[in-house]
Amino acid sequence: MTKRQLIEKLSQKVEGLSAEDAKLVVESVFQAMTEALGKGDRIEIRGFGSFEIRTRKPRQGRNPKTGVQVAVSQKKVPFFKVGKELRQIVNPAGAKKEP
Amino acid sequence: MTKAEIIERVYQTLGGSKQECAHYVELTFDLIKQGLAGGENVKISGFGKFNLRIKKTRPGRNPRTKQEIMISPRRVVTFKASHVLRDRVNQAGA
Repeated sequence: MTKRQLIEKLSQKVEGLSAEDAKLVVESVFQAMTEALGKGDRIEIRGFGSFEIRTRKPRQGRNPKTGVQVAVSQKKVPFFKVGKELRQIVNPAGAKKEP
Repeated sequence: MTKAEIIERVYQTLGGSKQECAHYVELTFDLIKQGLAGGENVKISGFGKFNLRIKKTRPGRNPRTKQEIMISPRRVVTFKASHVLRDRVNQAGA
């Protein structure tokens, strides 16, 4: 599913929500989330999951093609932790807790 | 940031009633969840991809009791942030 298909589905699902408005909704949602993560904020969506920024330490890397060592500086990466409900619905068979 | 703040943002751009906006935001996440539950990867350009990965049976152990058990095969969701998002996250503090 792509963003465009998501917008289409949203518009179909809600009577009276035009494709343009559905687009506004979906774009606003992800813009708001992008901005929050850009500021380093954590995002928590119940039942879906949470996003946070994790910091990767600086390390010695290597150019895989040439084998030359390069210093990789510290960097930040967005990290997503799957929420409980989402984890269970994608994996109904394994939803039962391990004994 | 919570869902309430996302709803607020949608309300500011879309207008209408806040209740409606809340419903739309709720539906947006539900549709993504349903897509994943149905076995589809979900790609939001400019943000990232939610991918399904199939994990085979593998041995594991209960870290508390050290007891060995087989971990059943399962599907898990992973997220890969888009370059746009990765760059955005790094430009502030890097």
